[in-house]
Amino acid sequence: MTENVTDASGIAVGDVVAERTVHLTRESLVRYAGASGDFNPIHYRDDVAASVGLPGVLAHGMLTMGLAVETVVPWLADAGRILDYGVRFTRPVVVDPDAGADVTVRATITAIDDEAVTVELAVTAADTAVLGKARLRARRD
Amino acid sequence: MPVNPELVGRDFPPTAPYLVGREKVREFARAVFADDPQHTDPDAARALGYADVVAPPTFAMVIQDLTLQQLLAVPDSGIELHRLIHAEQRFAYTRPIVAGDELVATLAITQVRPFGKGAMVTSEATITDADDAHVVTATSVLLVGGDDE
Repeated sequence: MTENVTDASGIAVGDVVAERTVHLTRESLVRYAGASGDFNPIHYRDDVAASVGLPGVLAHGMLTMGLAVETVVPWLADAGRILDYGVRFTRPVVVDPDAGADVTVRATITAIDDEAVTVELAVTAADTAVLGKARLRARRD
Repeated sequence: MPVNPELVGRDFPPTAPYLVGREKVREFARAVFADDPQHTDPDAARALGYADVVAPPTFAMVIQDLTLQQLLAVPDSGIELHRLIHAEQRFAYTRPIVAGDELVATLAITQVRPFGKGAMVTSEATITDADDAHVVTATSVLLVGGDDE
């Protein structure tokens, strides 16, 4: 594992600084709905998801975005180092009622300058990328 | 009804103040699998120099959502929830949100661009604290489907 973000000599472009797999269940989606206030029923009702032509109940895009960035926070040590963070929602994460879904996040340094590091997040479910251009910049001091 | 291009530049009132509670931050942290103690343990947050627990970076969406409710309530917006897809999301931070913050958000529609039969709408929420200092700007790109879709 790479040194902390503040260590000037210990980090390099290409370093994988964090990775994890998060197992989502329907309970995870209901929990996120309650915590965030997003009660769109496509995130917990199969009948509603089917009626609008979806392949199944989907994880909230903001849940995927939120768990992705949290993969990196322990390495950053301080979430307040993050200057900006953005994603495109390219593919949905379908959460099976029994099997759930695994979301895998891999965070790689793609740029370093005097002030900040840029970290790209590769986020996949069922071997498919679900977020595009998922990257953050974090202060190094 | 197509998306109203005159939303760009329209003034919206600031949202009612939102008081960030410690238990709300803990609840949100658990929901996004945020294991780091700065999000749940006030002592860990204080060791980093914060007054109380630090909200996960995407918690700003909870505040931005108040502005999206404002947008959906505009009678002539041409934007309906069931035709809406969240295409893109960005946050630009001056500092993290911390429990105890009292935050207001101000909505601005910065772009309405035709896209297929519908439109891409860029909705920005500027979130400030009780001292009127900038905390974070949250930007959503929303894909609004056309009438036939």
